[in-house]
Amino acid sequence: MRRDIFQAIADPTRRAIITLIAVQAMTPNTLAEHFDITRQAVSKHLRILQECDVVRAEQQGREIYYHLEIEKMKEIDKWLEQFRKIWETRFSQLDDLLSTLKKQKK
Amino acid sequence: MKTALLFNFSVNRENNTIHVTRAFDADAELVWKAWTTAELLDQWWAPQPYRNQTKSMDFREGGVWHYSMISPENETHWCRFDYEKIVPHESYSGLDAFCDEAGNINTGFSRMHWENVFSQSAEHTTVTITITMDTLETLEKIIAMGFKEGFTMGLNQLDELLSNLKK
Repeated sequence: MRRDIFQAIADPTRRAIITLIAVQAMTPNTLAEHFDITRQAVSKHLRILQECDVVRAEQQGREIYYHLEIEKMKEIDKWLEQFRKIWETRFSQLDDLLSTLKKQKK
Repeated sequence: MKTALLFNFSVNRENNTIHVTRAFDADAELVWKAWTTAELLDQWWAPQPYRNQTKSMDFREGGVWHYSMISPENETHWCRFDYEKIVPHESYSGLDAFCDEAGNINTGFSRMHWENVFSQSAEHTTVTITITMDTLETLEKIIAMGFKEGFTMGLNQLDELLSNLKK
């Protein structure tokens, strides 16, 4: 299944993981310490994040470190662009309404 | 077709605010009316293809606008806007939240604080909006919730509707 950034941050735990590894790469164990969930649950979230290309795993000795893919996170900026478009749509509707109201006034 | 009116949109990630500025080709009285009257808000507040439906409106300090945005598939998102401070024709502020049909606030989303300032010049009325959120997650959730699909399909439909309304 093709996953995307929307799925990556659709879950609060995953958003928290992203915030944590944005500061520094972390192992699943150190990540799990920040949550009230099992290490298995953290691993599951990490797997999804990996499938979304938001994190990348790197083997260092016996440990696997998870890094954040900053470029991927920039897709969120595209979301903001969509939010901007919501406003554009809304305002263009308001423009039309205002022009209708002005005509009625005359 | 449309003249270019001032439109600024910026997001400040550090203090979780969104700033929107837009000029409208009408006087402040009319623009104010469009922003504060339920029957008029229903005609533009929800971005197409969503439609807006007011359940109740009590536009005064401490009052509430309880409304819903309904998708073409009839999926309904209930919202409420709790008015804080109102200076007629100049500004109003308040808290926008997702809620249910009875008006109970959905605590899964943080509320958005809005401050809308209206200023009239010789030609236009400019509305300056400052939205403050606890976290930008709220914004991301709103977009993830489905508004992202809303645009591309809706615009033709909107043009049609508006031209019908004008007839």
